[in-house]
Amino acid sequence: MTWYDSFLQQLVDGLVLGSFYALVALGYTMVFGVIKLLNFAHGDLYMTGAFAGFGGLSLVSGFLGAGWIGIFVAMLLAMIAVGCLGVVIERVAYHPMLGAPRLSILITALAVSLVLQNAALALTGGQYTAFSTDLGLGGFNLGNLFLSHNQIVLVATAAVLMIALELFVSRTLYGRAMRAVSIDKDMCRMMGINVSAVIAVTFFIGSGLAAAAGTMAGAYYGSIWYFMGFLIGLKAFTAAVIGGIGSITGAMLGGLILGLLESFGTHIPFIGSEWKDVFTFSILILVLVFKPTGLLGKSEVERM
Amino acid sequence: MDRHSPSTTPDTHKPDFHESDFHEPRPRNLFQRLYAAFESPGRRRALHLAIIAILIVTPWISSQYTTVILTNALLYVVLCLGLNIVVGYAGLLDLGYAAFFAVGAYTIGILTQQFGVNFWAAIPFALLAAALAGVIIGGPTLRLRSDYLAIVTLGFGEIVRFTARNLEITGGASGLSHIPEPSLFGWHIDSSIDFYYVFVVLAVLAYIASQRLFDSRLGRAWLYVRHDEDAAEAMGINRVATKLAAYVIGAIFGAIGGIFFSVNLGAISPESFSFQQSVLILLAVVLGGMGKIPGVILGAFIVVLGPELLRDFGTLRLLIFAVLLLLIMLFRPSGIWPEKRS
Repeated sequence: MTWYDSFLQQLVDGLVLGSFYALVALGYTMVFGVIKLLNFAHGDLYMTGAFAGFGGLSLVSGFLGAGWIGIFVAMLLAMIAVGCLGVVIERVAYHPMLGAPRLSILITALAVSLVLQNAALALTGGQYTAFSTDLGLGGFNLGNLFLSHNQIVLVATAAVLMIALELFVSRTLYGRAMRAVSIDKDMCRMMGINVSAVIAVTFFIGSGLAAAAGTMAGAYYGSIWYFMGFLIGLKAFTAAVIGGIGSITGAMLGGLILGLLESFGTHIPFIGSEWKDVFTFSILILVLVFKPTGLLGKSEVERM
Repeated sequence: MDRHSPSTTPDTHKPDFHESDFHEPRPRNLFQRLYAAFESPGRRRALHLAIIAILIVTPWISSQYTTVILTNALLYVVLCLGLNIVVGYAGLLDLGYAAFFAVGAYTIGILTQQFGVNFWAAIPFALLAAALAGVIIGGPTLRLRSDYLAIVTLGFGEIVRFTARNLEITGGASGLSHIPEPSLFGWHIDSSIDFYYVFVVLAVLAYIASQRLFDSRLGRAWLYVRHDEDAAEAMGINRVATKLAAYVIGAIFGAIGGIFFSVNLGAISPESFSFQQSVLILLAVVLGGMGKIPGVILGAFIVVLGPELLRDFGTLRLLIFAVLLLLIMLFRPSGIWPEKRS
């Protein structure tokens, strides 16, 4: 393989990884946009989504099979289930805390994350669960580059979801309300916008997207476990920060950039794959220190 | 604004203190009533002596198992009091506190086991390394918003763990073993009772240091910065330096815990310093009451003894802990034994 083929292969891997990061990062950025909360539990919603997708697939695989159609339906089921879970979490845990000091809200979010993680741990006993599908390993050969069908479907699904979200936020009434709430909640209330409903919709969509990513990751990598949300949660947050937290386009961009950086970063000499995560977190810290508004974020003067 | 007047204007951003912080409230719950009973210095001294007497006598009347568990609880007291300085006093959410614990433990492990340095001679290096880590982490990040700071500390915690796992000198994923036990003036510290007493001394020192810091000029600066950063700065308090001091002092507490943890166990591995470890320490601080020393000590004992008591529940016990943390945050956000400051 020439360096060029290797470059393309890294590009494809980076895009796949970036799609997961982008989908999860969207949830962070949307929630942050409307209630200025760093939802620590978001990575665990991704994990819950993977398990919900697994459950959904075993439910529908009897008559739809465990191919793309079955997985797609399972993914929709998981999105709805986890979306509702996200709304419940917001209602039960975050809503009563909105006026509380930031430290308390952050710890509450951390607690929610621990509850989800340990519930999954207690249910699975900490074992990896095999996410078996009939997807196969087929694909195309473009020169020396191998593109699997799964990679293509995965990136395409992620793209469709992100375009749908972009259209929702820019074209619909609720999308407009969401943008308004992220600017000034109190003013929205005065203008007759049902802020609670907008927050609920935001949590539903954000959690649903995480569930979509979780199901796809489960189907793509073939196994799921209770702790799978932790690292990706951190990395998706990194992606959201790179793009500029609060900005939806930024989250997509940040996800792809981080996916590509990781994919290429592991091939830089002296940065082997075992240093991959250190590399990512260093990026996070550098971005936060030198450009906390990210690529597309708005600067804001805010203190705790 | 006169904080004593009963009719303060409602504030949309509810500050994290209540009216009752500023004048003596009536004791409400059992702990506060108990605590109020020991308000006078004489009684408090008697209480301290009684607790120390209990701590000294305990290993002679209990099983070795209990002694080991209690040693662990005392280690957590040191760690929690350290994190309490960062989270409780200065109001900075640190999700990577285990990193300082790791720096202390690994510095001692590497120096004593691989370079044959005397344990006591290695301690200053471990403390220095932890203080340096505190400055490296805190220096560039303390200007950030509190939630960014939380995630940056989390990132740093993971970086330290991954680094320990990847480097040759730290023993990789299996960590370091055969860390030599220290001796002091001919007393070879090796039995579980010996280490129990070492940790009693450490916990008492940590308690005294916490109390002194709380009452110091720096302690009042932390309180001010925590409650109103802008006002504090306007009054001439250096915001970043004050926070950095909290960070470095917290780091040193963590390192002291790590130093004695490594020689007590004789072996350390990266998994001892995971995110879960940081969360457990934070849980203890929040559970007991951020900023309140007796509360934090109580929290440390709860997180160590609780799992022992819940042993029959297996993996469920972690879930029980997580739900407990959530319920505390929702219904009693200032902890079991909250801080009040008059």
